[in-house]
Amino acid sequence: MDIASTADPVAATGDRLTKISIQGVGKVFGDNIALAKVDLDLAENSFTCLLGPSGCGKSTLLNMIAGFAKPSSGQILVDGKPVTGPGADRGVVFQEYALFPWRTALENVAFGPMLKRRGRAEQREIAMHHLAKVGLAGHEHKYPGNLSGGMKQRVAIARALANDPTVLLMDEPFGALDAQTREVLQEEMLRIWEQDRKTVVFVTHSISEAIFLADRIVVMGTRPGSVKEIVDPDLPHPRERTEREFIALERHLKHLVRAEVQKLGVI
Amino acid sequence: MSTQTGLKARLVAMGAPTLSILIFLGLWLAVSLGNRTVLPVFNPVLLPTPMEVVQSGIDAVRSGDLQRDILASLSRVFQGFILAAIAGVFMGVAVGTWRPLERLVEPMIEILRPIPPLAFLPMMVLWFGIGEMSKIAFITYAAFFPIFTTTLEGIKYVDPLLIRAASSLGASRADMFRHVVLPAALPAIITGLRLGFGLSFFVIVAAEFIAADSGLGYLINDARTFFMVSQMLMGAAVIGIIGFTFNVALRALEARLLRWRSVARA
Repeated sequence: MDIASTADPVAATGDRLTKISIQGVGKVFGDNIALAKVDLDLAENSFTCLLGPSGCGKSTLLNMIAGFAKPSSGQILVDGKPVTGPGADRGVVFQEYALFPWRTALENVAFGPMLKRRGRAEQREIAMHHLAKVGLAGHEHKYPGNLSGGMKQRVAIARALANDPTVLLMDEPFGALDAQTREVLQEEMLRIWEQDRKTVVFVTHSISEAIFLADRIVVMGTRPGSVKEIVDPDLPHPRERTEREFIALERHLKHLVRAEVQKLGVI
Repeated sequence: MSTQTGLKARLVAMGAPTLSILIFLGLWLAVSLGNRTVLPVFNPVLLPTPMEVVQSGIDAVRSGDLQRDILASLSRVFQGFILAAIAGVFMGVAVGTWRPLERLVEPMIEILRPIPPLAFLPMMVLWFGIGEMSKIAFITYAAFFPIFTTTLEGIKYVDPLLIRAASSLGASRADMFRHVVLPAALPAIITGLRLGFGLSFFVIVAAEFIAADSGLGYLINDARTFFMVSQMLMGAAVIGIIGFTFNVALRALEARLLRWRSVARA
């Protein structure tokens, strides 16, 4: 078994450039410490999963990278510059899709290019290209209300990619989908990532999803939210869920996460 | 095959309302005629038959009174409604976008809103005279509230997730307003306009009771003076038909503007 595991979170971006640098970041809501001092460097073009039970602050951390929330302490640097708010360099995919219901699939995907004042033909071309990439050619003129959950999330991914961000932040994007759709989208997500090579930060509470996707898994703990362990699964893609290494890693992570859930007491 | 079933479904859909109206007219006719022939209970003058009401409508069209009164009422309704729509949407958007303004304006609105607009009608006549001005001002005042409050709600309760999504796509404040807040609030704004239009119609009749020499309200009140019961009912029926027609037209417009919503329901 070849699992690199380290307790020192700052280490091991290797010789790849640091894209996102989280430096002593904490977040407090009233008396509640949602996140205590997190230090984490994410390499350029890496695929990182933030894994943990509810209440470990993984979404809070993602929201702070996105610029939706400000850290109570510390700072987050993207490309060496501190994050001050949301920006087009960091695309976000939400669990609830967050598509504009009054825009067709095509118009949703063209939203970013439209904001950049691209010509109409170019907007359309970019949107068509990205819809095709997520397998939605032929569904361009449907409204979100007419799409299934899986299709909605495909549109949301295409919309984020069409804006050509360097960072893609995904907050439990497949959490609301059924198991089969979920696995298909995980495979497609990997395929897209291998083509586009963005720096992906992917929040999930599914252990197998994290192992299937990530080249770095950040296991987060509760009370207070913090980084507990960092695991770099060194398994070749495509990863087979029934393989011995996969299962061994799954078991290891399950123990880690369960210990954190138990800290919460009765849930 | 499918067009045939579509046609059948449409006939069935139209059949139920038609039947309901026919039953209503039938009951009316039965009571009116029954009272005159079989079982006299009240003075027959008090309840004319539907045919007599229609006849009074035909007479009014022949004399040109009905057209004049419909036009007078509609003109007032349109003028008042358009002013209310402009003021209501504009203020609703402004108050909904700018918090300090909301804190300033909301209490005033909340005090004025529960007062029935009719309570202000005598004041309006006092301020704006018995001419067109008082009627238009009155309609504007009455229609303003539903338009303003629904627009405000629509602007205020835009899904914050959509705001986040747009901001992560690089939307500026102006983009956000134009491409997210306004389209998200559009269904509420249209509902407000529809309610406001309905209310305009509602109150014009009362305004024309008090101080007018034309309009459907005047027609009814004039008929009352001369005890022409058929004409009174005819005036009411005309108002009902016009209101119904406009409501259907506005709903069709709404369905067209909000196609994404009706499509989603299909």
